Amino acid sequence: MRVELRHLSKRWGNVVGVDNISLEVKDGEFVALLGPSGCGKTTTLLMIAGIYKPTSGEILFDGRVVNHIPPKDRNIGMVFQSYALYPHMTVFENIAYPLKLQKVPKEEQRRRVQHVADMMGIGHLLDRKPGQLSGGQQQRVALGRALVKDPKLLLFDEPLSNLDARLRLTMRGEIKRRQMELGITSIYVTHDQVEAMTMADRIAVIKDGKLQAYDTPDELYERPRTLFIAGFIGNPPMNLIKNVEVVVEGERYIARNEAFCLEVPAERGKKVVGQGKVILGIRPEDISLADDGEGVRGEVYVVEPLGRDDLVNVQLPGDTFVHFLADPALRLKPGMPVTLRFNTEKAQFFDPHTERSLLWQ
Amino acid sequence: MAVWVETERASGLSRRVRSSLAYVLLVISVVPILVGYAWLLIATFSYRTEGLLPKDAEGNVGGWTLANWAFVTDPLIWRVTLNSLLIALAMVVGVGLASSLAGYALSRMNFAGRRGVLSMTLILHAFPSVTLLISIFFVLQAISALPGIGDIFGYNTVGGVALVMVSLDLPLGIWLMKGFFDNISWDMERAALIDGASRFRVWWEIIMPQIRPGLAALAVFTFLTGWSAYLIPATFTIGTKVSNLPVYINYLMSETSPTNWNQIAAVGLFQMIPILVFFFFTQEKLLNIYSGGTKGGV
Repeated sequence: MRVELRHLSKRWGNVVGVDNISLEVKDGEFVALLGPSGCGKTTTLLMIAGIYKPTSGEILFDGRVVNHIPPKDRNIGMVFQSYALYPHMTVFENIAYPLKLQKVPKEEQRRRVQHVADMMGIGHLLDRKPGQLSGGQQQRVALGRALVKDPKLLLFDEPLSNLDARLRLTMRGEIKRRQMELGITSIYVTHDQVEAMTMADRIAVIKDGKLQAYDTPDELYERPRTLFIAGFIGNPPMNLIKNVEVVVEGERYIARNEAFCLEVPAERGKKVVGQGKVILGIRPEDISLADDGEGVRGEVYVVEPLGRDDLVNVQLPGDTFVHFLADPALRLKPGMPVTLRFNTEKAQFFDPHTERSLLWQ
Repeated sequence: MAVWVETERASGLSRRVRSSLAYVLLVISVVPILVGYAWLLIATFSYRTEGLLPKDAEGNVGGWTLANWAFVTDPLIWRVTLNSLLIALAMVVGVGLASSLAGYALSRMNFAGRRGVLSMTLILHAFPSVTLLISIFFVLQAISALPGIGDIFGYNTVGGVALVMVSLDLPLGIWLMKGFFDNISWDMERAALIDGASRFRVWWEIIMPQIRPGLAALAVFTFLTGWSAYLIPATFTIGTKVSNLPVYINYLMSETSPTNWNQIAAVGLFQMIPILVFFFFTQEKLLNIYSGGTKGGV
């Protein structure tokens, strides 16, 4: 099913929850609504579900306005962060509940519940009560309940936030796999950018109720349109260095501040030159140690071992700090002098006032 | 090592002393109540009592009798017992139903005047019912004048008493139930709405089962209030036909002839029997209610 939001807004008195969001979800697409908590993404989801009524704007399913259609007639399945299972019913009764409400014959109910439960790997738990299940099992039941009525649209509200890290990884893969197999259009709310990056076909980044960007994970990562997206997408987050000026020296474009002078590729540099002081963005993985000793000099400030890499915070001259990823075998320690090479092929530039990218409009 | 054993023994001893001290204090504090119940029991089976001692007509110890219980053969006692039961059941059903519906609406729905209703119910709850007696009398009189309904809910009817009792207990019930509904996650309700349930079905099939312990607590309290009600039935009924047990006991205390206290004790005990039986069978569940509602998945 195709979902379209047109100038969707939700206000409670003076409080703006969602501010003029427009986007389209294609049939079979997996879209993540990503943003910090309280940004309006869950409100958007609940409006799509029909729980909240939009203050203004339209929601369209397959080109038809559904603003006034109650949740039960929207043919959607939803999975909640708290699982929202019915504690007084068994797993079977929980999954069968949507079918019971549709007055599906008993025998067919049994068959379909068994099918979905087997698919989710909980076929042997049908007689248990939710309270007797682990978090992961409860989440599978919730997913089974959402899937059993063959919905045209699946909504997820931070479904993995209550699981431990390991289980979250497993369930992440599993949800993505099921969604691909079943081809059900899905909208997935999360504050975890890794979840959004790994699962979604497209990500809608929301901040303060406004849509910041709506693009594929690659695009958001490689070509962030705003400062907020640059800082929000990617883990560890992008280094953002203020007060950088880009100047032309002969054929070369140089980005400089008190700590460094870096040569920038011409196609990026010429868009920034003459813009005054700008913000330079560079990801930790695009900074490396310079073997030949030529580059930006600094001093190791903090080392955070991540296992595969060390996340190293380096103080540059002046009050500039940058993070980069180093090989743990180098055994960097605070206070050690280092020389860094910036891969300026990947450098981003932002206007400090409008907070928009100077490279991608 | 030896020192350790010593301290262990000492602390064991002091613990035993402390716990026995607690028991002694507890026993002392319940003695007055226990003596009261003992007197009640002894009195009902004797001609008269001096202290806890049953005495016969000559003043000798003894004189056991069943005469005080003769009232059970009187059809009137069964009539008033039935009335007591009707009032108590009306309370359970009326308060339970109305406050769980109102509590749900106040907890979950946003409507004009919601805050007003909430604060009004709280104010009403603070009103002592004595102050309302006269105005309620006029209301019941007005209801009596209505054809049909007047005979059931008017002045001097069991229905009228039940109606007044229910409405006086509603503020408490509504606040209590609202509190229970507030504790239930919105997500569960949203899930049910998306699953295809109507608002009413969500309330009945999903939410009500979650607050069963709360509902049970409310039912117990309202039943006891209804069962032992005195002020309202005594005020709004005339004669014994429509009165309940507590009012009946009051009638036994005649102003012209000497009161047979032992008979009153017997009727009092008779009134207590259903409550005792009830508590005996449900004490474990009642304790559960006090110690804190639902724990996930029960």
